[in-house]
Amino acid sequence: MLIRPPADFKDCDVTDHGLYLRRREFILGSAGVGAASLIGGSAAQAAALKYSPNRMAIDEDKTPLKDVTGYNNFYEFGTDKGDPALYAKMMKTRPWTVTVAGLCEKTGQYGIDDLIRRFPLEERIYRMRCVEAWSMVIPWVGFPLAKLIKALEPTSQAKYVAFQTLRDPRQMPGQRSDILDWPYQEALRLDEALNPLTLMAVGLYGQTLPNQNGAPIRLVTPWKYGFKGIKSIVRIQFTANRPKTSWNILAPREYGFYGNVNPDVDHPRWSQAKERRIGEFFRRKTLPFNGYGDQVAGLYRGLDARTLY
Amino acid sequence: MARATGTMARRIESGLIWLLCVMPLLILAGQGLTDGLTANPVEYVLRALGVWALRFLCVTLAIGLIARFGLWRRAMVYRRRIGLWAFAYVCLHLTTYILVDQALDWPGIVKDIVKRPYITIGMAAFILLIPLAVTSVNKVRRAMRPRHWLWLHRLVYLIAVLGVAHYYLLVKADHRDPILYGVVILALLGVRLIPRRRGAIK
Repeated sequence: MLIRPPADFKDCDVTDHGLYLRRREFILGSAGVGAASLIGGSAAQAAALKYSPNRMAIDEDKTPLKDVTGYNNFYEFGTDKGDPALYAKMMKTRPWTVTVAGLCEKTGQYGIDDLIRRFPLEERIYRMRCVEAWSMVIPWVGFPLAKLIKALEPTSQAKYVAFQTLRDPRQMPGQRSDILDWPYQEALRLDEALNPLTLMAVGLYGQTLPNQNGAPIRLVTPWKYGFKGIKSIVRIQFTANRPKTSWNILAPREYGFYGNVNPDVDHPRWSQAKERRIGEFFRRKTLPFNGYGDQVAGLYRGLDARTLY
Repeated sequence: MARATGTMARRIESGLIWLLCVMPLLILAGQGLTDGLTANPVEYVLRALGVWALRFLCVTLAIGLIARFGLWRRAMVYRRRIGLWAFAYVCLHLTTYILVDQALDWPGIVKDIVKRPYITIGMAAFILLIPLAVTSVNKVRRAMRPRHWLWLHRLVYLIAVLGVAHYYLLVKADHRDPILYGVVILALLGVRLIPRRRGAIK
């Protein structure tokens, strides 16, 4: 895969990613083959992304790509960890539209490639801690959610941002069973969403996001349990009241709205004190806020830690 | 001569059943050698051993009925062996939890047993299985009154139900598998409760 060095591409940093993503379609289309419509549906097969290098380096080994893409919780494709890698191919990620609604000035429909083109991509190497007490280190590529939110101009009444995943049982066989109340929904407080750590990821390991990891666009909040990181987003809505979130609907005692990583607040059924880093044999201690306390603890000052699960 | 081939057939039958009992371990070993234990092998092996223990318990429960309804009367010969294999898988499951998953963190293990209902229940099932395993030894069994022995071994139904509850409680949302095991066990128990005499009418 050819990754052009930035020097060749200087004025394209902001504008060219979407086009670059669709370069095969573009080339074929301009060659008069007219194949764009044929290829359109599967345009998001792994293609190199252009992004600025990581500004959030951590001195921990990255989890191998094979594990990041082969061990997933994405119940839309089945509840076995291997199901998403097997079945997520069924999901078409082009064309893909994100609907923006609610308390903001710039409501409307946004094409995924326009979004990707609009904001410069950067790499973020983040820890990911699952509520099931395992963890990974993943090099995401994406843009800060704050940049998108500022562009959408939320009104002063907006206090929360809600997200929804695609709902389509034909593309998502897991949705044929009522395991969760589909579509999957998640939400953040507006100040959490504006925190510089909060990322809209469109890639990992320098390539476009594999379907099983939430293509074409997903949320990453590294100080929260993985279930907050909603995948394959089709809707963003600004609200004044706290939105409902999927796991909280299913089991309010077990999954709170915040989902902040906290080794001292156990899940009612298992301990959160330790975690198994994928690739390691023995468990390691879980850190408060998954080790991101310096960046996010201020968001929760004055709130009771027991309510932050 | 006929007797010799009969013995040979039984040896083969016995060998095959023994092979079926170790098959799960061979499968796990094979997966271990071919990178097939997922990205989280400890979790995978722990879960697999637990599920196999439950499956062996179900088979043990089914054998009495298979023999009773005349499907394969000689199955009773193997009930003890399969029951002991169920116990073996429970022991391997527990050993994996203590040695590998918790890495001998005894305070953590004790806390788990006290605080986590699914672990409390799993541990109760294990403890209840011990007298069943011990009284499976011929010498011990002969020393017991048959009535007492039977009474004790009916505990296996309670143990199986505890095993399912242990499984059900650790699953996050998709309860289809534990429910399936629960239905199988309750069905086996239900058939067992049909009075024997009805089966004897001929």
